[in-house]
Amino acid sequence: MSTYAAPLKDMRFLMSEIAGLKEILNLPAFAEIDADTVDSILDEAAKFATEQIDPINVIGDRQNSPKWDNGVVTVSPEYKSVYKQFCENGWHAMPGDPKYGGQGLPNLVNFAVNEMWRSASIAFALCPMLTMGAVHSIEHHASDEIKQKYLPKMVDGTWGGTMNLTEPQAGSDLTAIRTKAVPDPSGDGTYRITGTKIFITWGEHDMAENIIHLVLARLPDSDPGLKGISLFVVPKFLVNDDGSLGERNDLICSAIEHKLGIKGSVTSVMSYGDKVGAKGWLVGKAGGGVAYMFTMMNHARIHVGLEGISVAERAYQHALTYARERIQGAIIGDEESKKTPKPILFHPDVRRLLMDMKARVEALRAIGYFAAGNMDLAKFSNDPAVQKKAQAYVELLTPVVKGWSTDSAVEITSEGIQVHGGTGFIEETGAAQYMRDSRITSIYEGTTAIQANDYIGRKTAREVNKETGEVGFTARALYKDIAAFADDLAKDAKLGDIGRSLQEGARALIDATEWAIKTYGPEPQVASAGSVPYLKLGGIVIGGWLMAKSAKIAQQKIDAGEADGYYKGKIATTRYYAKHWLVQADAVAREIMEGGPSVLGLDEPLF
Amino acid sequence: MKILVPVKRVVDANVKVRPRADETGVDLANLKMAMNPFDEIAVEEAVRLKEKGVATEIVVVSCGSPASQETLRTALSVGADRAILVDCGDTELQPLAVAKLLKAVCAAEQPQLVIAGKQAIDDDANQVGQMLAALQGWSQATFASRVEIAGNSAKVTREVDGGLEILEVPLPAVVTADLRLNEPRYAKLPDVMKAKKKPLDTRTPADLGVDITPRLKTLKVSEPPRRQGGGKVADVADLVNKLKNEAKVI
Repeated sequence: MSTYAAPLKDMRFLMSEIAGLKEILNLPAFAEIDADTVDSILDEAAKFATEQIDPINVIGDRQNSPKWDNGVVTVSPEYKSVYKQFCENGWHAMPGDPKYGGQGLPNLVNFAVNEMWRSASIAFALCPMLTMGAVHSIEHHASDEIKQKYLPKMVDGTWGGTMNLTEPQAGSDLTAIRTKAVPDPSGDGTYRITGTKIFITWGEHDMAENIIHLVLARLPDSDPGLKGISLFVVPKFLVNDDGSLGERNDLICSAIEHKLGIKGSVTSVMSYGDKVGAKGWLVGKAGGGVAYMFTMMNHARIHVGLEGISVAERAYQHALTYARERIQGAIIGDEESKKTPKPILFHPDVRRLLMDMKARVEALRAIGYFAAGNMDLAKFSNDPAVQKKAQAYVELLTPVVKGWSTDSAVEITSEGIQVHGGTGFIEETGAAQYMRDSRITSIYEGTTAIQANDYIGRKTAREVNKETGEVGFTARALYKDIAAFADDLAKDAKLGDIGRSLQEGARALIDATEWAIKTYGPEPQVASAGSVPYLKLGGIVIGGWLMAKSAKIAQQKIDAGEADGYYKGKIATTRYYAKHWLVQADAVAREIMEGGPSVLGLDEPLF
Repeated sequence: MKILVPVKRVVDANVKVRPRADETGVDLANLKMAMNPFDEIAVEEAVRLKEKGVATEIVVVSCGSPASQETLRTALSVGADRAILVDCGDTELQPLAVAKLLKAVCAAEQPQLVIAGKQAIDDDANQVGQMLAALQGWSQATFASRVEIAGNSAKVTREVDGGLEILEVPLPAVVTADLRLNEPRYAKLPDVMKAKKKPLDTRTPADLGVDITPRLKTLKVSEPPRRQGGGKVADVADLVNKLKNEAKVI
């Protein structure tokens, strides 16, 4: 077994050199926070993740998963006690608004700390993640009365929060939602909710005193489409005016799911209103529900992308530990290893697997942190031009972070098993859990196909500059910048080969983008068939760009006499990425531009 | 009652260290550093004494490079009130020099109790607490697994080879913390953020009138010899023969 160690060096490097931490800390919003404090926070979080959360990951998965009994869900004592300490030590409240007990830190810092929680245990970290998602929705759209009543205790974790969207017939398509809300006959302004919701993460458990459900439902005579859906606050226990808990609401967890992964978390079937209708309070305006959910969708999607990055990092560390310990066979071309056996880390193909995992994780982390830093600039910069550009980057990169990080995570965690050989297939080794846990990430909060459709469509081919009429201007401008950076780096004496690989990648992405803009309108099915490869291409090249930028900075540090092996490692890792991933860009571009018709080329009966 | 807790910045306990290629010392460049684990226990004990109302103020002090400020901040974030950095630059610090620096700090601060870690996990010297007590002419109780303060004395349970020894020492005294004294807490996030605002003063050995020039010279730091592979013996006679004539142990 391995122990999680937060990759603090890479985190700090990316935060300061790629994601603009210094610029962010200089903003008036963060006047109280300095770089030393950020350092201390990262150190303390790393300690908590390693010593407290990492050890319970296996407990939730294989030793004592949550149990359902007649509507009551019980988690392991270890989960309960770590959750309690997590809240007491202020980690739950960290990303919250200071008005409600949060710390008002940059999103970038929250992001790095969240990576640690998720590397240690996705299943555990989902609980605070969902609660904070619900907090954001209430904060942005609910009345002051609702905010005052629920937010302080949700922010500090005393109460949990959930998001209830999905129903058996309403998955990716929310228009099919049937859950009903009718005004309470007493005329007190509340509503009675009836219906069944499924896939409700941490919908019922015994870690928090109360659970505040956010439920999408239809009011009588509402529009049959998305505009007819409203959002309601439906607490498990009604909350009295003095904040104490009142009677149990008419809702129950009628079952929990048996899943491939994230088994330490609870996935509930929620039944609302089996008796008289669950009491609910309308959030914002009637019919605003889906829009309210979407305001936090970028945030939620980026966070699921981060889950992919986190679990891939954890799988890499697990595989690396094993590869350093396991001795098996002489190393090809190394006579010495016949006499003094060396661990399997020295076999060239194990090296390739580990390099692949490491390089991909670092590229994904770079995109994620870059996006997270831009979220801060978009929200807090005092320069409108910076704000606008940052927001455009966040919009463009969100589907890439979500879709590409999670698809990659499934592959990277699988490579982790491969490093272990046969023992990786055995659950006790621990490598399999990361692959199983990763699998949901490319499905929930919008599947990879939905991300790819968003990336190629709304974020590229349908993005129109209101002033100039140019289509896909954010993507085009970014890819032009990447090409210019590559041209420059190609001339570099030490890193020229990386620059040249990036040049090829940028060209492929630019070509495919022009094709997408041209094809999306007239041939939507062909464009859609190429959308997932297009997302992959974007991920490969944008990741390559940020890796190359990192390598350039690392080289500058080395040239300035900084001896940290991390910098040498960053350059070697980037070179691997250039030779193994950027070289794929050309082929993927052809797949996108030429492969669409063949996807659609087989008549349906011939399947 | 004021408690003084000396803390040392050492390489993180989970890091595997290697000697420098020239064998002049351990290569610490760019490694993860942390507070000496025994010092964490000492800080925790002081904080618990404050929470019980026994102590009124906790001063943490670290002698070392300016980077030791991080270690002091860690102590401030779990409940110490203020910190003193004795900035020794990159000079190698030996136990006697540290004990003299602490003696000078004690002279200025007048603590009634010093709680130190029993030893630092980097050099495992296990000397500073004892030397400080001797220089001060104070009582000492080392390897403490339980500390109770009653009036002007401390009852300290010590872990010794044969079991437990209970001592009563008059205050002021030096107590050094063993592993089982307590389990240190995790810092709370709001306290981590507040730690920055707590006072941290810097002194130099010159300010304190202490000469920290090393008195001992390190000749060589090297890896332990690699274990040689074992061999099979044919029978008991062969084994006895080998033990007698090759290993020369019987």
